[in-house]
Amino acid sequence: MKVYIRSSACVSPQNTFNSVDFLTDIVESTGTRLKAIDPDYKEFIDPKQIRRMSHVIKMGIAAAKSCLTQADIDMPGAVITGTAFGCMADTVTFLTRIVEQNEEMLPPTAFIQSTHNTVAAQIALMLKCHNYNSTFVHKGISFESALFDAIMLLNEKEADNILVGGVEEMVDASFTVLTRLGLYKRWPLSNLSLYDTRSNGTIGGEGAAFFLVTSEESPNNLAQLTGLKLLYNPKSIEEGITTFLKSHELSIEDIDLVITGKNGDTRNDEVYRELGSSLFKNKPLANYKHLCGEYPTSSSFALWMVSNIIKKGIVPEVVKDGNFGSISPKKVLIYNHYQGKYHSLMLVSTTKAQFLQEFKQSADEVSSAKQGKIKLKSANQLLNEL
Amino acid sequence: MSSSVYIVGVGVISAIGNNVAENLASLKSEHAGMGDITMMDTIYRKQLPVAEVKLSNNELAAMADMPANISRTTLLSAVAAKEALTDANIPDLNNLRTGFVSANSVGGMDKSEDFFVQFLGDNSKGKLRDIFDHECGSMTELVADKLGISDFMTTISTACSSSASAIFYGARLIKNDVLDVVIAGGTDSLTKFTLNGFNTLMILDKGFCKPFDENREGLNLGEGSGYLVLASEKVAETLNKQPYCKLSGYNNSNDAYHQTASSPDGTGSYLAMQGALKKSGLQTADIDYINLHGTGTPNNDSAEGTAIKRLFGPDYPPMSSTKSYTGHTLGASGGIEAVFSVLAIKNKLIYPNLRFETRMDELPFEPVKELLIDQNIKHVMSNSFGFGGNCTSLIFSAI
Repeated sequence: MKVYIRSSACVSPQNTFNSVDFLTDIVESTGTRLKAIDPDYKEFIDPKQIRRMSHVIKMGIAAAKSCLTQADIDMPGAVITGTAFGCMADTVTFLTRIVEQNEEMLPPTAFIQSTHNTVAAQIALMLKCHNYNSTFVHKGISFESALFDAIMLLNEKEADNILVGGVEEMVDASFTVLTRLGLYKRWPLSNLSLYDTRSNGTIGGEGAAFFLVTSEESPNNLAQLTGLKLLYNPKSIEEGITTFLKSHELSIEDIDLVITGKNGDTRNDEVYRELGSSLFKNKPLANYKHLCGEYPTSSSFALWMVSNIIKKGIVPEVVKDGNFGSISPKKVLIYNHYQGKYHSLMLVSTTKAQFLQEFKQSADEVSSAKQGKIKLKSANQLLNEL
Repeated sequence: MSSSVYIVGVGVISAIGNNVAENLASLKSEHAGMGDITMMDTIYRKQLPVAEVKLSNNELAAMADMPANISRTTLLSAVAAKEALTDANIPDLNNLRTGFVSANSVGGMDKSEDFFVQFLGDNSKGKLRDIFDHECGSMTELVADKLGISDFMTTISTACSSSASAIFYGARLIKNDVLDVVIAGGTDSLTKFTLNGFNTLMILDKGFCKPFDENREGLNLGEGSGYLVLASEKVAETLNKQPYCKLSGYNNSNDAYHQTASSPDGTGSYLAMQGALKKSGLQTADIDYINLHGTGTPNNDSAEGTAIKRLFGPDYPPMSSTKSYTGHTLGASGGIEAVFSVLAIKNKLIYPNLRFETRMDELPFEPVKELLIDQNIKHVMSNSFGFGGNCTSLIFSAI
């Protein structure tokens, strides 16, 4: 069974939502917190409802709906979300009222919308979708857990065209608390110089990225999700990565690009630094957290980015870690860890259909040069490797 | 894909007992767990009954062998998960791929709401220790660490169907050959947040709840946790004892009607029950007992009852809501009721729906009023429905 990413949409602190260009018009911001750029929600949500909805619900619905529109799917086979903090704004609102009003005369709206499954529920409600609907809330692997569920559903042939997403909103209260817990840098800095100093702390972020995953091959698919692996407190991450690649009959030599979850915090980035001089040595590397900030489901931003890198055959300059020339990666590894405990590996590749399309183009050129046979043979070999 | 998932261990703590034996004794003796609020500092003491676990955090911490200053939700989880794993007594567990899939609805809210009082006055105040484990995933992580489980863990939160969803997910991890053994279920402690939340919705009964009664006035909140140890066929064969039963059917459907209210015809619950039957290859007539979601709110019981009428009519199996004993334990309810369903099969029991008096006008059936013993129970359906339209039904089958 193969898993394809049919479409993807991402609301983030960058111009990623329904944007024609791909990470070229970069938003620079100074501080320790990146805020998501709001799309025009009226396109996706009844204006009467917009006012009542918190940021995370709106971001989630916009990304989910855009994803469906791009894939030309009206009704997903399942809706699965991942969020570590859930609906923070409504949670904080309700908690505040409990304290300030001493538990009396509280309006119910904030409580109603505070449950972690609200985003998935609102998507189902809006689509009148009665299909499988679930929400994973496990810290830095919330999104990966949701994605894992989607893969299993496809494998079980229980559903197809599954809408799966990672959502997180940052509100003032959580930003303040997480700052006190030492997650962020103690001085303002530009997100574009996040990796320039060796210091403690990162910058906070938020966003919503959704994917429509399917087991159906199609030339319109963005990419193939070849593998997903979660590791908890692994003894050796290098060994973990090697084993993961091996389980897909690959070695690091087969990987064209590695995306890491580098976030500018010395301790967090230590493992990436070590791998940079061992397993990932001489490998083209890229980062993404200077664009979206650090948050528990940020790997969904990375997957959105990689799906587009594969589809467009471009690695945006702004994400490159170090200098390397223009490449069109066929196999990309995303390696992210959350606070050193949860490590996630995602392997994303070009699809067979994309390969065939490319091959057809080159074969046309080649046949005109009357060298078709030679090319065909090597292409078949390559096909087998896919 | 591995064909069957076996239940080889159970663990539970609720207002009617601190372990499986005590819960079973209370179920048989028709002893409900509701009473006055004694643990939480709230203006609703002596006004709203709740179903508290009758142990302080210090006592729970001692049982769980964990610090007493962590969330009560974690402590409750640790106690029942540990009991389930001990009960399963799987030899050579370290050489098996083992996972922990747990559910809860509000994470470490019992501590967060303490933190918030000071924090709100001054953002530099409030003990960070109290907010550190706010995330739902923290409860799961702390307990997995305690149990020594690191192969796989995750947390599900689909409101009041959370732990049924966790059991369902755990079973699929085994069927997909990702894991050999999964401890799955859920936990929730009473919090001011949820008490006030349900109170704003005006669905808390000021007396003891009366599920499926014409004169029901709402639910009582409860707390606790319940876990099953799920094992693959291969692992079940290596055990020295007979598994309790197997999980033969499950389904998750969404009502897609309203964020909190159920649709009048119970679309989501109908689809969940129908889907679970289909998955198990059973007919409605095969179900020997339904452990109802049965919260006691006018809306839920009407929707669930209507769905049962549509799906099962005209022949109805015995059914009852054990929330009449434990209160509604939210993220824990699916886990606790899964344990009760497994115990019903093992002990040949059908539990009564306490305090039932008057049949609902709209329904041609009513729940069981007295304990039924020596019942030949082959298949039990357990329903869990929640906010956001999340509906899950599980079917447990004797071997």
